[in-house]
Amino acid sequence: MSKYYLYQDTKKCIGCHACEVQCKSNKALPVGPKPCKIITVGPRFVGNLPKASYVFMPCFHCENPWCVAACPTGAMQKRIKDGIVFVDHEHCVGCKACVAACPWGAPQWNKEIGKVVKCDYCMGRIDDGLEPACVTICTTDCLEFGTAGELGGVRRERFAKSVASLD
Amino acid sequence: MNKEVYSLCFMCSIRCPIKVTVRHGQVKWIEGNPHVPGIEKSICPRGAAGISMLYDAQRVQYPMIRTGERGSGSWKKASWDEATDYIAEKLKKIIKKHGGHSVVLGERTQLATHVSKTFMKAIKSPNHFTHDALCKGSVNTACRSLFGIPDSEVGIDYKNTKHIVLYGRNIFEAISVKEVRNLMDAMSGGAKLTYIDPRVTVTATKANRYWMIRPGADLALNYALIHIILKERLYDAKFVNRWVLGLEKLEDFVIPYTPEWAEKETGIPADEIISLAREISKDKPSVIFHFGYRGASHANEIYVRRSILILNALMGSIESKGGIFFKKGPGAVGGKPARKLVEQKFEKIEVPRFDKVGTKEFPLPDPNHGVGQMLPLAILNEDPYPLKALFSFRFDPLKSIPDSNLMLKALDKLDLIVTIDVNYSDIAWYSDVILPESSYLERTDCIQQANGLKPQMFLRKQAVTPRYDTLEGAIILKRIADKIGIGNYFQYESMEDLVKWQLDGTGFKIEDFEAKGFVAYGKDQIFWDRNDGIKLKTPSGKIEFVSSLLENAGFKSFPEYEPVQVASEENKFRLVVGRAAAHTHVSTQNNPYLNELVSENLLWINSKKASKLGIKDGGMIEISSSVGSGKIKAFVTDLMHPEAVFMLHGFGHKAKKADRAYNRGVSDSVLQENITDKTGGSPALHDTFVTVKAA
Repeated sequence: MSKYYLYQDTKKCIGCHACEVQCKSNKALPVGPKPCKIITVGPRFVGNLPKASYVFMPCFHCENPWCVAACPTGAMQKRIKDGIVFVDHEHCVGCKACVAACPWGAPQWNKEIGKVVKCDYCMGRIDDGLEPACVTICTTDCLEFGTAGELGGVRRERFAKSVASLD
Repeated sequence: MNKEVYSLCFMCSIRCPIKVTVRHGQVKWIEGNPHVPGIEKSICPRGAAGISMLYDAQRVQYPMIRTGERGSGSWKKASWDEATDYIAEKLKKIIKKHGGHSVVLGERTQLATHVSKTFMKAIKSPNHFTHDALCKGSVNTACRSLFGIPDSEVGIDYKNTKHIVLYGRNIFEAISVKEVRNLMDAMSGGAKLTYIDPRVTVTATKANRYWMIRPGADLALNYALIHIILKERLYDAKFVNRWVLGLEKLEDFVIPYTPEWAEKETGIPADEIISLAREISKDKPSVIFHFGYRGASHANEIYVRRSILILNALMGSIESKGGIFFKKGPGAVGGKPARKLVEQKFEKIEVPRFDKVGTKEFPLPDPNHGVGQMLPLAILNEDPYPLKALFSFRFDPLKSIPDSNLMLKALDKLDLIVTIDVNYSDIAWYSDVILPESSYLERTDCIQQANGLKPQMFLRKQAVTPRYDTLEGAIILKRIADKIGIGNYFQYESMEDLVKWQLDGTGFKIEDFEAKGFVAYGKDQIFWDRNDGIKLKTPSGKIEFVSSLLENAGFKSFPEYEPVQVASEENKFRLVVGRAAAHTHVSTQNNPYLNELVSENLLWINSKKASKLGIKDGGMIEISSSVGSGKIKAFVTDLMHPEAVFMLHGFGHKAKKADRAYNRGVSDSVLQENITDKTGGSPALHDTFVTVKAA
């Protein structure tokens, strides 16, 4: 696994797709590929209330990435210093082996250049001390980026508040 | 080297503050202005698509003069001189023969609206109108009837609210970034959301309480809420006794409107209506009954909006933390607002407006905005007089005024149609001349006077030079003005000149905006004293439940409820329309990234009804009203009230050069009948019935 974790607070997500658009804009991608994507599940009624899930799907930057193993040219790589899985366009020949290998559909096809693009947590931005594009501009701040150890606090805190009794 | 420019977004009309990063003359990155509380780098999907708009080759690239029939798409490329000469020559003839008042200018309110208003005053035409009435004219009139203050000067304190009630205000899809974030903050802290809409939206999925109300029955619900609040004395007695005029009359009036009665009208169980009244009363005055963003659904619109505002007054949630408040201008802290060109002296105009606003026929709508949907009727009937020329400035009468076929017929009577826009709108395509405006990233604009709890000024500042042969709107109008002999009203050469003149006397300089993109007149939020300091502008100085504005014009303050019309035929439905997060009104459907998100509109239809009519999910539907028809894909769902069908606004574009949006989906304006709330001024966009059948 990469040392990072991208957390989505589903309570705050409104499925607006600003993350997707900013990601594409930052990577100057044509229509088609979406390195991150919000998938809406629902709405459907649970009792009297309509409920929906807006599921954020970037790359998970796996410990043993199927895509890296499948790549015949070494274009798909795992960055040694932090485990980010990225594709080096110098070496990508557009064979799509990674697209076939990834169980989650993370590698995307950019037909304009005939190569694969994928979520790399905007590693250039991270190296500049910034956050990934999607996280930076998220309309509701439902996306958070950090190292795996730091995150998860939001859910704990919210749960604690919901069960707290101040009597 | 990166250059960072603070500016204002304009992918929609909200104008969120942004920070733009420019490298080698190209925009590389846009984020929300990190210095603005409530924005903090965030943008919405449309804001994120700004770069995609900037580099889109499918926007208008240079001035164009029509060579073929109107709408045929035959154009010749023109220089700015040629295009403005062409316009000036025609305009001079029209004004000479028919008078300045034969010219109309319609626009979506923008930072240079004072320039367009000046242009019209200088040619002695009263016929400037904005898109506002088409969106919320009746909200404006409702606010003036109660407070003496228009809706544009009323704000909402989302951040501190404990309970908000939204009547179809689909706040999480029709996104204003700051509002969304402030409300989300409040909800994270335990604030409750009650959402009322015939359709399940994203907002409905985030609500603590959702009511699928019968479309058109909001007023019945509110009469019952008022009934129970008064009967059980759930209101803020101290506030009401101090500030309200006409409580006794309202009490008498609502006696018959019981929750049990409302249940039959709205489909909402009486006990649930009662429980909302009791529950929200516990959180008063930090509660909000949202008076609406778009308020243009029914012929009784003004009374729906008044009833919502009355609920706020009863809760005392006016000028309260977590309620609604009156916006404070620079005057509140001894400051001066930016100057506007309209402060110049003009000759008096004697003729009435084309829409007759301000006359006995149409006394109450706000003449600052007019009533745009009267335009086709005024042209066709030559009533009150013949109209000959139309300027459409960032406004599309073919997609924003109900009944596009009627509008087309009216346009054919005009001698001159000029469009100023960034995009190939449908009206641009039907114009004689298109004058391309520089996009918001390519131009400096007039000062934004941002009134609120803290009065501020913002500046839209040019980030990059124009990519195509385009100009700023205020410069375009000046160039035409110069050529028709009214140039003396436009004494500036550049936007920077104009902004500097605007700032003269305010104590601020254009350089002051460089650090953060805005300047503030003071540091603290200003709330007026709820005991004695609320500066209402009604004749009584009170919140007029019994309204002098209405009654003096011959209208009732509390009209009896008229049951909503329900179609008797099985295949007939009320047409309701709305927004998605991906698009702004009629202007973004061709944007590459936003079109990728939502490329056409679908017709939402209730599953049970669809099954009876043999309509399948994804199948094509023929849809028609008394004024127009089209073909659209079905979205068959339980998420829609059975009496209505729904479609997104703004699709079905007809400009061929806007290739991605061309002929995708159906324009709601083709189907909508031109019906108006004659008291408030809004069109009744949800009062058209449509017939559907599987195609």
